[in-house]
Amino acid sequence: MELTLNHFLFVSGALFAIGLAGVLVRRNLLIIFMCLELMLAAANLTLVAFSRYHLVDGQPAYDAHVLLFFIITVAAAEVAVGLAIIVALFRSKETTDVTQVSTMKY
Amino acid sequence: MSFLFYLFAALALFGGIGVVVCRNPVSAAFSMILSFIGLAALFIQLDAYLVGILQILVYAGAIMVLFLFIIMLLDVGAEEKRRRPLVVFAGGGAVAIAFAVLVALVLSRGGTAGKTLPALSAALEKSDVHHIGELLFGTYWLPVQIVGVLLLAATVGVVVLSKRELK
Repeated sequence: MELTLNHFLFVSGALFAIGLAGVLVRRNLLIIFMCLELMLAAANLTLVAFSRYHLVDGQPAYDAHVLLFFIITVAAAEVAVGLAIIVALFRSKETTDVTQVSTMKY
Repeated sequence: MSFLFYLFAALALFGGIGVVVCRNPVSAAFSMILSFIGLAALFIQLDAYLVGILQILVYAGAIMVLFLFIIMLLDVGAEEKRRRPLVVFAGGGAVAIAFAVLVALVLSRGGTAGKTLPALSAALEKSDVHHIGELLFGTYWLPVQIVGVLLLAATVGVVVLSKRELK
């Protein structure tokens, strides 16, 4: 069976849905953060799949790869800052459980 | 070709499920690495060699090591088994399943449905690294500079956040 664009888009959508479920269901802040990264990576797959299936002069559209390069850079910066915030939170609250951090909830 | 696709797609999806299901954060992080390796293989199958390698180097190599480092530093144990209202799982699962069904519906009626993998032109004398490098240092020189400033800002931000007391 020939691989179509939809195969890759389905995998990407399913991975995004798994990440979304993790963000909603889990309580550990670190794992919620990991699931966010998973959603970001799933979106990357869509970009690469579209660039490969939409050829420009017989070549993939490489602009998508450049955009992906930027997305990976921003994700790395985001992880560094996010983990620093989690460490600062752990220092003051002694927990990474989101249900224990509810000062700003109401 | 399509056998490898199914293999690595299953690896990526089962890794993702492992992140959501594993109680222990360390096992979740290792599932995540597995998922990223599957995803990188899918990138390489789409002839995106540089991006696939970057995925492994940056995500699996740097970001997940940082996560594991923080997990061990904070000594986060497994989530204790506490009865939570079933509505939490039902709600989370329902939102995710609704999203997946929405994606499936949109894809099944879209114009992209049957598009098969087009062959690359035979004249591929330049690698994808060459093309991306030309774009990065040609067309996209300004965004590259801005990303550099972003990384500097992130570094400074992390140093400030890591101080024992904020002044």
